[in-house]
Amino acid sequence: MNGLDDGLLDLASVAVLALGVAALWRRDVRALIGLLRAQGVALALVASVEALSAHDVGLGATAVLVLALKAGAVPWVLGRVAARDPGAREGAPLINVPSSLVLAAALVGLAVVTGAPLARLSSGHAAALAPLGLATALVGYLVLVTRRRPLSQIVGLIIIDNGVALVTFLLTSGVPLIIELGGSLDVLLVVVVSATLVGAMRARIGADELDELEELRD
Amino acid sequence: MPALVLLAPTLAAVVVALVPPGRVARAVSVAAALVVLGGGVVLGARCAGGRVEHALGGLVRVDALSALMIIVIGAVATLATAAMGRTLASGTDRISRRRAREYGALVQVFLAAMLGAVVAANLGVVWVMVEATTIATTFLVGHRRTRAALEASWKYVVLCSVGIALAFLGLVLFYFASAHTGAGPHAASLDWTSLRRLAPHLDPNVTRVAVGLVVIGFGTKVGLAPMQSWLPDAHSRAPGPVSALMSCVLLTVALYAILRVKVIADLALGAGFVRTLLLALGLLSLAVAAALVVAERDLKRLLAYSSIEHMGLLALAVAAGTPLAVAAALLHVVGHGLTKSVLFLGAGEVHHAESTTTIAEIRALLRRQPGLGAVMAAGLVALAGFPPFSLFASELAMFRAEVAAGLGWAVGAALVALVVVAGALARTARGILLGPATPVARPVPVRALAPLVAALVACAVLGIVAWPLASLLHGAAGVLG
Repeated sequence: MNGLDDGLLDLASVAVLALGVAALWRRDVRALIGLLRAQGVALALVASVEALSAHDVGLGATAVLVLALKAGAVPWVLGRVAARDPGAREGAPLINVPSSLVLAAALVGLAVVTGAPLARLSSGHAAALAPLGLATALVGYLVLVTRRRPLSQIVGLIIIDNGVALVTFLLTSGVPLIIELGGSLDVLLVVVVSATLVGAMRARIGADELDELEELRD
Repeated sequence: MPALVLLAPTLAAVVVALVPPGRVARAVSVAAALVVLGGGVVLGARCAGGRVEHALGGLVRVDALSALMIIVIGAVATLATAAMGRTLASGTDRISRRRAREYGALVQVFLAAMLGAVVAANLGVVWVMVEATTIATTFLVGHRRTRAALEASWKYVVLCSVGIALAFLGLVLFYFASAHTGAGPHAASLDWTSLRRLAPHLDPNVTRVAVGLVVIGFGTKVGLAPMQSWLPDAHSRAPGPVSALMSCVLLTVALYAILRVKVIADLALGAGFVRTLLLALGLLSLAVAAALVVAERDLKRLLAYSSIEHMGLLALAVAAGTPLAVAAALLHVVGHGLTKSVLFLGAGEVHHAESTTTIAEIRALLRRQPGLGAVMAAGLVALAGFPPFSLFASELAMFRAEVAAGLGWAVGAALVALVVVAGALARTARGILLGPATPVARPVPVRALAPLVAALVACAVLGIVAWPLASLLHGAAGVLG
């Protein structure tokens, strides 16, 4: 892998994390979906750089799949749900933006500590970036638990998934294709299922603010 | 034979999706479940001695443990599909007919995904199948389309998807570790047999992170505390047959994934790491179940908390990890499967007849509906762990094995939880079974109760003589040894 490839890989991996963190302060649902699309592109870039430098056809196919799924199909499905509710904005998040950014910084630190043994095991440049993927997944979790709208929660879920995907590409140049295919299909179906569920909840409950979902408490 | 087991529910899903809901769809559903059960028995007989069957170009691998899981899935599926026609309140209008078709087809997809998980040779494929069960069951949980049902399915899909994403991350780390064992990157694999062979050479630091993620991730789906909060909602809002399938097999299919990973983890890290993890999760689950079951007012939620309790008991036995403990845990899986399906299906009948599952509103079942009342009474006795039912035998065997493994203190804690839950079950039984008789709107016909009685009898027979399963149980425990 040459210096240019390494530079691109750095850039794209950092972009995946940065776009995840950006989701913490955007409230407009449409903007969140835009962030997801950009994150999908960055992720596909990571996969294609790896594929080109390793001359790996299977990984190249995965890169195309990632682009189609994470920058195409998933944002499209979410966009359709959002379009039925124009001007939708997330209400006040459970934690305000400055505190959630501080939390995000702490999570990145946690990811670096957890990821240290991974970087030690492999001498490659890519493996050293793996903590970025862990950090993205943790940030996605923060988005998920601090947001009230179902649609923003799905965004959090997908950021987690993108973080995991980033780790996968950086550490292992992708898992075997059959698992990648199955996994991608599952992600798409989860998005479709939850989008449908959001529609059903809106029809049944009206305003789909999840903070009104109080019926099921232990 | 393994291919046939997978094919039956897949085909049935297509047929049920196409034909109008009614007798044909119901017959096809039950037939598919019976094929699974029969296939499981045949595979069990073949694999008990240590034989391994492969199919579909090596993607499918069936050993004694897989065969046992197929039998449990087949048995619970047979009970659930036999009861489906009744508890499914299908109206005659177009929407409810369409929904009934969806429901029947999704149950079969759900079965196919669970079967796929227990026969997959590759841990990655196991993961894909477990995730597929989430997708199939989300709409089943929300089937009634009430506000509470939709909220329950939302909570379920979000929490389980997060859990399953963690599990995937864990598997990726396993794959990474397997590429750095000194055997070269081409040895990288998620195939269970290859991983087991590589296990002693896996990097312990990476493997520790991987195992933690996998146990927490799949543990979410098992319903182990502190990741259990989706479980009572989903179990109580889903229709009876779906609750039965979720509680009795879905949770244990996720546990099956942990069992497979534990084999590799123990070889790579020694037995201590997973044991500590499972002890902590198991004891916490028992504590949470015991604390919340006391004040519970809804019959189905009560049963759901009891499922968390039983998953906790299983986690303790798996933590002990000796062949006897594992064999007892697997017998417990079978017994819990039979007993809990009887109770969830019975609760479904209660819901159908009385339009409520609130314990305070159900009265005098023994007099008003003697058949259903007797079935519920026997089921609650079995669940509380009294002989002759097999839960008594398996709990006793698990505890003895745990004491022998030096976990006597954990057994003490488990017994406290067990007594608390048994008390709650006894109070519930008194509440819903006894009291003065009042007229009943929709009595439950005898033929609906016949499969439930058969399941209780099977459970009692297994409790007295474990011989029909003994060699298979020991074979399965041997796979994990």
